[in-house]
Amino acid sequence: MSSHNTIKDHFRETQLFNVRAVIALVISLLMVVSLVARLIYLQIVDHDLYTTLSENNRFHIAAVPPTRGLIYDRNGVLLAQNLPSYALEILPERVKDMQQTLDGLAKLIKISDTDLQRFYTQLKHSRPFKPIPLRSRLTDAEVARIAVNRHLFPGVDIAARLIRHYPQGGLAVHALGYVGRINEAELERIDESDYDGTDFIGKTGVEKYYEATLHGHVGIQQVETNATGRNLRQIEQVPSEPGLNLHLSLDASLQAEAEQAFGKNEGALVALDPNTGDILTLVSMPTFDPNLFVAGIDNDTYHGLQTSKDKPLFNRALRGRYPPGSTIKPFIGLAGLEYGVVSPDLKTYCPGWYTLQGDSHKYRDWKKTGHGHVDLNTAIVQSCDVYFYDLALTLGIDRLSSFLMNFGFNYKTGVDIAGETAGLMPTRLWKQRNLHQPWYPGETLITGIGQGFTLITPLQMAASTASLASYGKRVIPRIVRAISNANTGKVEDIPPQLDSPVPMAKRENWDRIIKAMVNVTSNWHGTAYRIGKNAPYKIAGKTGTAQVFSVKQDEVYNAKELDKSLRDHALFIAFAPADNPQIAVAVIVEHGGHGGSIAAPIARKVMDYYLLKEGKLAALTTKGAS
Amino acid sequence: MSSLLQSDSDFGGRQRSLSESLHLDLPLLMGLLTLSVTSLFVLYSASGQNMDVVIRQGVRFIVAYCILLALAQINPDSIKRWVPWIYSIGVLLLLAVIFFGEVGKGAQRWLDLGLFRFQPSEVMKLGVPMMVAWYLSEHTLPPDGRRIFFTCIIILTPVLLIAKQPDLGTALLVGGAGVFALLFAGLRWRLVFMAIGLLAACAPVIWYLMHDYQRQRVLTFLSPETDPLGAGYHIIQSKIAIGSGGLYGKGWLHGSQSQLNFLPERATDFVFAAFSEEFGFIGILLLLVVYLFILMRGLWIAAQAQDTYTRLLAGSLVMTFFIYVFVNIGMVTGLLPVVGVPLPMISYGGTSIVTLMASFGILMSIHTHKKLLGRLY
Repeated sequence: MSSHNTIKDHFRETQLFNVRAVIALVISLLMVVSLVARLIYLQIVDHDLYTTLSENNRFHIAAVPPTRGLIYDRNGVLLAQNLPSYALEILPERVKDMQQTLDGLAKLIKISDTDLQRFYTQLKHSRPFKPIPLRSRLTDAEVARIAVNRHLFPGVDIAARLIRHYPQGGLAVHALGYVGRINEAELERIDESDYDGTDFIGKTGVEKYYEATLHGHVGIQQVETNATGRNLRQIEQVPSEPGLNLHLSLDASLQAEAEQAFGKNEGALVALDPNTGDILTLVSMPTFDPNLFVAGIDNDTYHGLQTSKDKPLFNRALRGRYPPGSTIKPFIGLAGLEYGVVSPDLKTYCPGWYTLQGDSHKYRDWKKTGHGHVDLNTAIVQSCDVYFYDLALTLGIDRLSSFLMNFGFNYKTGVDIAGETAGLMPTRLWKQRNLHQPWYPGETLITGIGQGFTLITPLQMAASTASLASYGKRVIPRIVRAISNANTGKVEDIPPQLDSPVPMAKRENWDRIIKAMVNVTSNWHGTAYRIGKNAPYKIAGKTGTAQVFSVKQDEVYNAKELDKSLRDHALFIAFAPADNPQIAVAVIVEHGGHGGSIAAPIARKVMDYYLLKEGKLAALTTKGAS
Repeated sequence: MSSLLQSDSDFGGRQRSLSESLHLDLPLLMGLLTLSVTSLFVLYSASGQNMDVVIRQGVRFIVAYCILLALAQINPDSIKRWVPWIYSIGVLLLLAVIFFGEVGKGAQRWLDLGLFRFQPSEVMKLGVPMMVAWYLSEHTLPPDGRRIFFTCIIILTPVLLIAKQPDLGTALLVGGAGVFALLFAGLRWRLVFMAIGLLAACAPVIWYLMHDYQRQRVLTFLSPETDPLGAGYHIIQSKIAIGSGGLYGKGWLHGSQSQLNFLPERATDFVFAAFSEEFGFIGILLLLVVYLFILMRGLWIAAQAQDTYTRLLAGSLVMTFFIYVFVNIGMVTGLLPVVGVPLPMISYGGTSIVTLMASFGILMSIHTHKKLLGRLY
């Protein structure tokens, strides 16, 4: 009975539900119909009205790009600033006939093919409703001409913006770097909203390394615009935060002196304060004008810079990898003393060549007649190769490499400039991994005189020299000393950063090496006697000559070029004053021949300028006296 | 011999298709997939071509479809036993939100559980219709006066708690879900009309209880032009975007209102305006057809359901889904006041998608778990 009831109830309930479901469906359909009616009203009946409203839409949110931070040298000389510049921009969506507009504009102002080319590439890749720049750096006359005829060109606008300018031109360009237009790879990396309205980004050097600091933060403004999209009035704004200013340790006048000292030579020079790691100058010759890159360099100029034989775009100071040559000898001499494999008085006989047991190959000294009996001091002063062949062999490649790595050989220094590369200090493992060969004793020999696989960058060499000068203390080279906020006036000093020091066994070993280096410039046998003989302060130095072997394959066509390019690189490392080091220098002059004759004089000029002309030495002596 | 094999396989059951063995309803699933794909395309444009937004939404869809698949496997009867518990825990969580909840955008809706944050009000979008369907299915229908009274309490308790957060939009939808179950249960029309009359009479009281910003929304709805830069901005810009779209739309990625940042919340609550601007009236009609198809399929599933509980639950869930669509489009087109309701399956945002897919998972489970006894009728 009850089961019958359940079944009856079930039927009744199903029926009840079905009726309700049909009613629900009907009501739902009516609701949809009401929505459709509303949409017909909005999209078809009133379509024209809303189209007009949409085109006249007056309130618009726009980005306010921040002002890029300025860069000063250590004495407050402006190295990078921002200058107002007018650019012509086109909002493609507002333009009726692009070709006609471009033709019309070409009659008013000069538009080069490069401008057009860039415009079309950007047009293809840009997002909808983003203005695309056509010309930058309009002259006042051009701005006036456009302004008068603006009504003829809907969608065309003149944007006033600040453009990066380097008032010193090519001075220190390899340290400073430059900004350029943001490319697609960079777009992937940055927070796009923060770069809304900004076209430029640091490409190299300090400009790249400190991009986040220099850039600042974007602001927002609500503006009223007219039918063609021109801004009429600003309603509300969240101001942008300007980028912070950088204060470099670089000395602009010292830099100019150093660059001048190179003359027409190619090469690099890095000068550091060994106490703070401050980079005083960083030279890579030849230089180029970074301002060319800011406005967008034209293809011919860029191609010229890129293919030029003297490679001005190449940052030799940070990325040039050179064999250290004999400049490595003081470090190897120190290794010999610290490991106790030589005593300072031990003499080696130098007949002018060296042979390995069971091998007839003669490893030659640079002096064919030989140096006779030499001790460590003489070996450094006269740069005897045979002494260091022998010492290197006694040390063995393992101890030799690991000792030099303590000085930073083989590694990046960690400088705050973008683009640094590491040098190379070969080891057995390195050779096995990269060349799939065992290590040969002959290679240990030539490593002892800075030839073979060993490679250094000028910056790393300067840093290693600074560590030698300060008894193993290793300050990481840095170029930014302070960061200041132009709005608040707050200045934040950046303290020097220390790397792990070189372990020291005996301080007198270091004294001996430094003394030998002083003899290099003060003893009349010394390879750099000519720069030391009349110096009013003590210079500890070491010359070097690096054989150029890799070039042979490259250049076989032009006999004249071949001659020059096969000439050795001239190297010189130094620090002064030897008893209280204030400056450490590493110089490389490409194909400059012998280090003592061309590289050392450049170093002397830089040290003179810094210690004498700028009065660093005088300040020291008065401090010492009082 | 071969005929024997034939009949044997017939007896063992026909070849079950993949969708059947997974307890999925293919037509419903196709409708949902169409909406998901549309959502990704619309969001790519409305977000200013931000692929991150599309990927995040895509991940949410994948999670949501997994939940749908999981719920579809569970027999509705086994959930039924837990309904009073789910409901009670939901109410407790709502109380917890009021006392310990996190404040976001001026309202307390979130509960931080350490691992993740969630909105208990979302649970109640399923909890309330389940509870009402469970309660009413215990006795014969239509319900008597005493049952109607208790049903009202079941509905009003969470609704008032959610309104207190304050989240008026969700409160109304949760309430709606309960009321739909009651209506499907056969509430007499006389009572329905009386309730509507009573509500109208209470309007001034509700007005008095509203927050300032809620009152502002109602006022703005009545005449948006009075405050073009403030509260009316949304509606004015939204109407301009829809109206300027016209019959065919401006084309994907070419809606000036959405691309030029005129349209606020163009990826979330106002995504319909961005869609209308770029795809026009024709595009909207196609979208509405998909929504209607899902509604009709849902009602059909409800009508096919075997017992009162599943029938009421299915009907109420699918009607809630439809009301979402109606309220959102009504709000964006200026027919209804601005309440924070996303466009189902299209708007950017995780919680609403997960809840919706969960409800569709339940629908599919109702449709695919039929008792053998049921087949006899």
